[in-house]
Amino acid sequence: MKSFTYERAASPAEAATSAARRPGARFIAGGTNLLDLMKLQIETPAHLIDVNGLGLDRIEATPDGGLRVGALVRNTDLAADARVRRDYTVLSRALLSGASGQLRNRATTAGNLLQRTRCPYFYDTNMACNKRRPGSGCSALGGYSRQLAVVGGSEACIATHPSDMAVAMRVLDATVETVKPQGATRAIPIADFHRLPGDTPEIETMLDPGELITAVTLPKPAGGAHHYRKVRDRASYAFALVSVAAIVQPDGSGRVALGGVAPRPWRLEAAEAEVSRGAKAVMAKLLAGAKPTEENKFKLPLAERTLAAVLADSRG
Amino acid sequence: MASPRENDVKRRRLMAATVATAAVGAVASRAGAQAPSAAPSAPTSPAPANAVPTLKVSFTVNGRPRDLELDPRTTLLDALREGLHLGGTKKGCDHGQCGACTVILDGRRINSCLTLAVMHQGGKITTIEGLGTPEKLHPMQAAFVKHDGYQCGYCTPGQICSAVAVLEEIEAGIPSHVTADLNAKPAMNGAELRERMSGNICRCGAYSNIVDAIGEVAGSKA
Repeated sequence: MKSFTYERAASPAEAATSAARRPGARFIAGGTNLLDLMKLQIETPAHLIDVNGLGLDRIEATPDGGLRVGALVRNTDLAADARVRRDYTVLSRALLSGASGQLRNRATTAGNLLQRTRCPYFYDTNMACNKRRPGSGCSALGGYSRQLAVVGGSEACIATHPSDMAVAMRVLDATVETVKPQGATRAIPIADFHRLPGDTPEIETMLDPGELITAVTLPKPAGGAHHYRKVRDRASYAFALVSVAAIVQPDGSGRVALGGVAPRPWRLEAAEAEVSRGAKAVMAKLLAGAKPTEENKFKLPLAERTLAAVLADSRG
Repeated sequence: MASPRENDVKRRRLMAATVATAAVGAVASRAGAQAPSAAPSAPTSPAPANAVPTLKVSFTVNGRPRDLELDPRTTLLDALREGLHLGGTKKGCDHGQCGACTVILDGRRINSCLTLAVMHQGGKITTIEGLGTPEKLHPMQAAFVKHDGYQCGYCTPGQICSAVAVLEEIEAGIPSHVTADLNAKPAMNGAELRERMSGNICRCGAYSNIVDAIGEVAGSKA
């Protein structure tokens, strides 16, 4: 690990100001992804700002009937919250399908959104990776790409976003709240939060330098039947090959987002008009424009079958 | 039974012999990773002029208040093993994948390799040394012995710390991936135990005996 200086921030605004003042600074909360990457020198921050003491660890009801989830709420606590289990079941299910009990006890809501890809070439510092070293090329194109994106990627990068939680947040229309170094706050719809790679895959989110996530808000409950179905190489403790987050209403309409197939949670509202017509019709729109590799083209039928299973479950 | 210090010395000798056969680069990185916590006052390589200052941190380990002065890079795992000579907690993968480093922090099991010691000012940490002693085993330790829940034993401290916390998690109503009804109290059964223990890898494959051991303790609590 490269050496760094360390401070404990006293307030969200102070943390953001400190981050803007110190080039190469990073926030640290759970640390479950950042420290892993620092040990491999994929991340080499010169300064760490510990945000664990900021009190952003509460889940509160909002005036419009939703929930405001503090940035530092641990994955375990979010999944176990009685309101989340009852009204946002897809979120509990997504969280519980990810990582291990130990990791969920530390990993935070904001950190989960910001976790880096698990592309093997991002992790291997001997290989070219435009995300890790911009301009160096993409070893995944034509390489070992079984886990990687089938849609939304570019000639520069076909990494997937590894989060389960974010897929549920996307289907729930969550909003990411932030504070900027000068103290201004903003609310970013989750649909806009993660960027597609284009020719700058190293820029993964809409956040400005130093901008700190303070909370993620959920709108009032959508009702319906909630599903999160994750297909992976092991029954537990593995990243998704394909996952489906869905909320299906009694009239057969619904919302669908996919994980494991794209650089961000993959949802197209236009495709959801087809939910009542079945998985094939949804996927024809949702995965239109997919550019799979030989190694990961299996994800296209797998995603369709997974959604078909979810829709069959929701019909009882 | 050897004292922790004696164990530490034996382990160091073994490690020295092991790394002597490895490539020079690997030796350098190994030393670099461990030197700060093992011997902050006597680094193995000359400290650069802009060396990072050490930081003080105080937390409680197994009921005993501890004060340390550490390079900020020191993980909680390295602080426990190298700084406090509590060698029960094991370093397996050092990347949060194997669970050998599992300890209980403020009542919750965590991977001690993926957190910095300086992040735990005022924290309460329980390691395998704090659960039981050779004379008075914790019920989970006794159950692992009875059911042969290990072969080489390297993952065992992490398995046991994890298992103790798993039973508390079920008790507290925290659901898991295999909990059928999220709005009901989770069941205490084999499927739940296997899912909840998936963050602890056992390369010897003692899994079925581990589940038997945890199940026995769970049964006696129910």
